[in-house]
Amino acid sequence: MSERLEIKNLHVAVEDQEILKGVDLAIGRGEVHALMGPNGSGKSTLGYAIMGHPSYEVTNGSVELIDADGTRHDILAMEPDLRARAGVFLAFQRPMAIPGVRLADFLRHSVTNIRNPDRKEGQELMPMRDFRGELKSKMQDLSIDTEFARRYVNDGFSGGEMKRAEILQLAMLRPQFAILDETDSGLDADAVRLASESIARIGGAEMGILIITHHEQLLEHNIPLQTHVMLGGRIVESGGPELAAELHKQGYDRIRKAYPEAAAAEEAMEAERRLETTTS
Amino acid sequence: MSTDTDASSTLALGEINKYDFRTNTPSVFKARRGLDRDIVSQISEMKQEPTWMRDFRLKSLDIFNSKPMPKWGGDIGIDFQDIFYYLKPAEKQGKTWEEVPEEIKKTFDRLGIPEAERKFLSGVKAQFESEVVYGSLAEDLAKKGVIFTDTDTAVREHPDLLKEYFGSIIPPTDNKFAALNSAVWSGGSFIYVPKGVSIEFPLQAYFRINAESMGQFERTLIIVDEGAHVHYVEGCTAPMYSTESLHSAVVEIVVKKHGRCRYTTIQNWANNIYNLVTKRALAYEGAMMEWIDGNLGSHLTMKYPAVYMMEPGARGEILSIAFATAGQHQDAGAKLVHAAPNTSGRIVSKSISKNGGRSSYRGLVRVEPGAKKSRSSVVCDALILDDISRSDTYPYIEIEEQDVSIGHEASVSKIGEEQLFYLMSRGLTEAEASTMIVGGFIEPLVKELPMEYAVEMNRLIELQMEGSVG
Repeated sequence: MSERLEIKNLHVAVEDQEILKGVDLAIGRGEVHALMGPNGSGKSTLGYAIMGHPSYEVTNGSVELIDADGTRHDILAMEPDLRARAGVFLAFQRPMAIPGVRLADFLRHSVTNIRNPDRKEGQELMPMRDFRGELKSKMQDLSIDTEFARRYVNDGFSGGEMKRAEILQLAMLRPQFAILDETDSGLDADAVRLASESIARIGGAEMGILIITHHEQLLEHNIPLQTHVMLGGRIVESGGPELAAELHKQGYDRIRKAYPEAAAAEEAMEAERRLETTTS
Repeated sequence: MSTDTDASSTLALGEINKYDFRTNTPSVFKARRGLDRDIVSQISEMKQEPTWMRDFRLKSLDIFNSKPMPKWGGDIGIDFQDIFYYLKPAEKQGKTWEEVPEEIKKTFDRLGIPEAERKFLSGVKAQFESEVVYGSLAEDLAKKGVIFTDTDTAVREHPDLLKEYFGSIIPPTDNKFAALNSAVWSGGSFIYVPKGVSIEFPLQAYFRINAESMGQFERTLIIVDEGAHVHYVEGCTAPMYSTESLHSAVVEIVVKKHGRCRYTTIQNWANNIYNLVTKRALAYEGAMMEWIDGNLGSHLTMKYPAVYMMEPGARGEILSIAFATAGQHQDAGAKLVHAAPNTSGRIVSKSISKNGGRSSYRGLVRVEPGAKKSRSSVVCDALILDDISRSDTYPYIEIEEQDVSIGHEASVSKIGEEQLFYLMSRGLTEAEASTMIVGGFIEPLVKELPMEYAVEMNRLIELQMEGSVG
């Protein structure tokens, strides 16, 4: 069991453009952290880089899991599946559809691997009965119709259904550290409240959670120990829950004024993106 | 009597799956290599055939010799004189597995055929090289007048029925390989389902090539009478040899008024088999014909199951899966001919290419003049797993009637980095993730298979996927 997820001086580039310019963040198990920031500031990039997306190249820095006895595990050296088996989870902002693959079949495979990190390909999956029982009870907890498990993974799902499927996976896989990338986007107020409650119930003392969000509602039941603000690929300010409330109400003007260097970096990145869209 | 079979009784080198084994099985008769009038006459004589069949064979040989090789499809590099056209593995056909020669029985045991028969089949034919060595049919079906025999026996025992249809749906002049089959055919299934008889469990035939440089030319004829129903399944395998073998079958089917026939093929040939097969069904008023065609293995497969919808209300469906890996070319597809009004057809084709394999969809939808209110839809999806593999689509549409509805959709996709990453972020290895994506890709077709075959199909796909990564 790892006690901390520690990110140090993380630099990440996508297609040679540097997006993260030295991110430092540490999350302990049982802690909730919120990550806010304007669009394009690098929040999702942080999630992808931690999970190991092949298009996100780490050019500097480290991401490590640290056990209670001080043992460090360099997760950047691991393939994404091994990162998952080591206890890291990313709830996708836009999860991929896998047509023809039933959610239940996919989850059974996934749960088996994550609970038996040493499992080799082709070895037995978790017994069907046990799996079904557990899945059914988790779905009831989350007020998800059991029919849902028979559908193809994210195929034809509404935005809300996708987010619920991600939360269901979080509940089944029970990672040590979870990054929730805008799990509230595209949801109406009721759905956000339900998501917020669900995450609070799943989390608890066993899980460290990083909630990436634009709003404060998702944090209603998940009071962050710290709120971090990302701007221009760097965390520029950290504070308590009141910071999330302030940003939600008043936006990022104060932040941009207070950190002109990061604001300039943000503008430069924005300009480069605009250039790419017009030339491609 | 020759026993000129491959003498290797050990398993083939580098066994990759359960089909790649060969047994040292002495044959009771083996014609010499090559193809000429003597060989054809000798086959006919061995089978003690009536004159009309011998003449049919010889005429077909002339047609074969006169026809050029097809210039489309795949590269057919066969030396026709280097092949054994007839190999008789046993003196007589067994009615119980105990009557089947030990070595041959062992082969089918390993392939799981007797077990499948006990569990869920209405009848079984097992063909080894050129001849059917085992045959069974559930007693209640025999009492209802169902005939399920090998085609050689049908020539002797059901000459009138056979003569009426044999070679009428696919004449020897149809194409070079239909002519070849007509000249040297041996074995295959003959099925007659009488009016109104519905056969609940599938009838299955299993075709096994064991010897090297062997040509297997089974000939199947299925007649489904009015309101009758049958599901026929064929499985095909062969071990790996260093020289090519040829499998060239002809399958003719007639489905009469309101009859239903489903024909399922799951073939997993060795990598050096040329598999050149002609399959065609005629569907009459309100009848339904379905081909479910799973093509794995072989060096080259050219196969386009066809449904000719002859009378109003006839329906035709062709579902096809092709998987091409290193050294394989699957040129597979389908053909729908709307020859009457209010007929409807559907083609769904899924192909997967990996490790340099090539898969092509080649299909024809034809609407004859006067076939008003006919509907057809074609969906072909290709999945390419890497940068060295290839997929092509050759859809042909010929419409000679205004009042019709024809749809065609095609897609080619590469296995997506984003999909792989998503599944891997949930703890699946890259290989597990690819296999899952491929399984999902063919799921719409696999779910049409009876459970036992669906399991087998998924297992075959997993075997093909093994070692596909890293």
